[in-house]
Amino acid sequence: MSKELIRLKDCVMAYDDGVVLDHINLYINDKEFLTLLGPSGCGKTTTLRIIGGFLSPTSGDVLFDDVRINHVPPHKREVNTVFQKYALFPHLNVYENVAFGLRLGKTVTNVVNGKSTAKKVKIPEQEIHERVMEMLEIVNLKGFEKRSISALSGGQQQRVAIARALVNRPKVLLLDEPLGALDMRLRKDMQNELKRIQQEMGITFIYVTHDQEEALAMSDTVVVMDGGRIQQIGTPEDIYNEPKNAFVADFIGESNIIDGIMRADEVVEIFNRKFPCLDKGFAKDEPVDVVIRPEDVDIVAENQGQLKGTVTSVTFKGVHYDTIVDFYGFKWLIQTTEFHAVGTVIGIHLDPDAIHVMKKSEYSGMFGDYSSYSEEYEEIGDADYEPEEEENGHEE
Amino acid sequence: MKNKRSLLAIPYVGWMALFVVAPIIMVVIYAFTTADFSVTGENFTRMSTFTVIFTRSFKLAIIATLVCLLIGYPLSYAMAKEGKGFQRVAMLLIMLPMWVNFLLRTYSMMSIMENNGLINQFFAAIGLFDLINHVFGTNIQYFKMIGTQGAVVVGMVYNYLPFMVLPIYSTLIKMDNTLLEAAQDLGADTATVFRKVILPLSLPGILSGVTMVFVPSVSTFAISRLLGGGIQMLLGDLIEQQFLGGAYNPHLGSAIALVMMVIVVACMWVMNRFGEGEEQAVML
Repeated sequence: MSKELIRLKDCVMAYDDGVVLDHINLYINDKEFLTLLGPSGCGKTTTLRIIGGFLSPTSGDVLFDDVRINHVPPHKREVNTVFQKYALFPHLNVYENVAFGLRLGKTVTNVVNGKSTAKKVKIPEQEIHERVMEMLEIVNLKGFEKRSISALSGGQQQRVAIARALVNRPKVLLLDEPLGALDMRLRKDMQNELKRIQQEMGITFIYVTHDQEEALAMSDTVVVMDGGRIQQIGTPEDIYNEPKNAFVADFIGESNIIDGIMRADEVVEIFNRKFPCLDKGFAKDEPVDVVIRPEDVDIVAENQGQLKGTVTSVTFKGVHYDTIVDFYGFKWLIQTTEFHAVGTVIGIHLDPDAIHVMKKSEYSGMFGDYSSYSEEYEEIGDADYEPEEEENGHEE
Repeated sequence: MKNKRSLLAIPYVGWMALFVVAPIIMVVIYAFTTADFSVTGENFTRMSTFTVIFTRSFKLAIIATLVCLLIGYPLSYAMAKEGKGFQRVAMLLIMLPMWVNFLLRTYSMMSIMENNGLINQFFAAIGLFDLINHVFGTNIQYFKMIGTQGAVVVGMVYNYLPFMVLPIYSTLIKMDNTLLEAAQDLGADTATVFRKVILPLSLPGILSGVTMVFVPSVSTFAISRLLGGGIQMLLGDLIEQQFLGGAYNPHLGSAIALVMMVIVVACMWVMNRFGEGEEQAVML
């Protein structure tokens, strides 16, 4: 969409106890909202810290505007960070927290006889005041200047952290799970707020989260990571509709992942029955993973369906019912607005575009079965809680 | 429930009343009375005689506190930043002398610094005095240390350094590392991070370290007695004399103790205010 700003070239991050990043290749465009999404320990925070300058990769290059910056310290990068726990200075009030970067002065580069010399120049008090007030206005914290940090709520601290990072007018803002500590409602508000700020300021946001909904709602580009590797890069729609492997399909939204065999282009066999689909380019009779999103399944009368199954559990979710249906011992999650009582035998119909075929991967067979539905639910309920990222333990 | 739990404090309150509040009241009463307990201000007017001792006490205590701070802060910083191994060894070295009796420690300092003590023996052995005598035509056989103010300061620093290191170390080790990263991220180089974040945030540790070194230093009598050679009398010695020594006069002793207490409390108060002011100053 626009020009490339940051590129990670073959970045590896290895510690004595293992590899945290395994050959990461990634480019980030100017003015883009890019999200690094993945479970805890997937390497997303490490990637962010490499861009921020707090870590340098064991091997590989970090390029900023085509200049290699592997060993440029954080204070010399045109990048600012909103930290996971905000890291606001407790000895300074709101105004001084935001003014912190400005008080350090701005770097002026003089080019004399082809030699460039950089020196710090003090920013006049008047300008500092204007810029701080402008930022506080953007984050809706006008009137809070004199407050002490400890007198702010989590959401307000969050805003101060954003203002403090943005006041330096960085080219890139890095956000490390910035909404993790906020409650649901505030989180939704801040998502919109962040998106608005990003568009208003016209700068690049690199956002780290384990919350797939957040990633889909805010990003231009989503990078799904697991086990120190990038699993898929794409727009939220791509990632959701065309997951590359069982991991991505399972991590982004709910999915039924079933073993299938590609019988021909646009024909896949599931449960010994051929279904028309839109995927092609596979070898004949190649075993594949088939993803069927719970909302794409049409429930029809028992004798009119392509497959026949028995309802084993129904949960009312407000907009729809989460219905678990047993097909030959394999349990599917189907989301439907109609109620089907437990024990009912139903038929289902799958449109060709409801079926997404993926190549087999190391993740095949690990996800996508709803046999242990209640456990799955606990897991979803726990999504808010994430233990301290392991990567954070590795200080430079 | 609340009332019941506060009952748990009774032993402490009793202890404090008996051994802190009551003695202070007695000191105040003694300070304002004569031997036959008639009220007088004479004990305070007599004190001008001891101006030299007052000045010396505060001067030496301030110097000792500054030296402790200059040695203690960098050490605490290194301990907080270095790995566990260094931390453990440094902590052991700091704590080790504290397991030895205070008087014993000070006596050993005395024997080390005596005219024919270890230090002078060492200098003699490496021929330092011969060299000096040869160059300057003097005839010195030892450096006189015992009886100097320097020796008293060394004794204070030696004894009270741990009290400076421990509180500073504990504020530094508790400091959230992401605050330092945030400062770097906002454009601060290492020196600026220290000046604008680490130092102001460790100020509470510095203040309590300074208090814990200054107060015992200003009131000590054992250190000045042993290392000051009886010449470098401090307030502590003066007060002790009034209670135990030949110049027995508990009323005067109480008055001196009271004045010292007031000055120390005033110093602490001013310093804490200054501390808060410092935070403000860093802010602006």
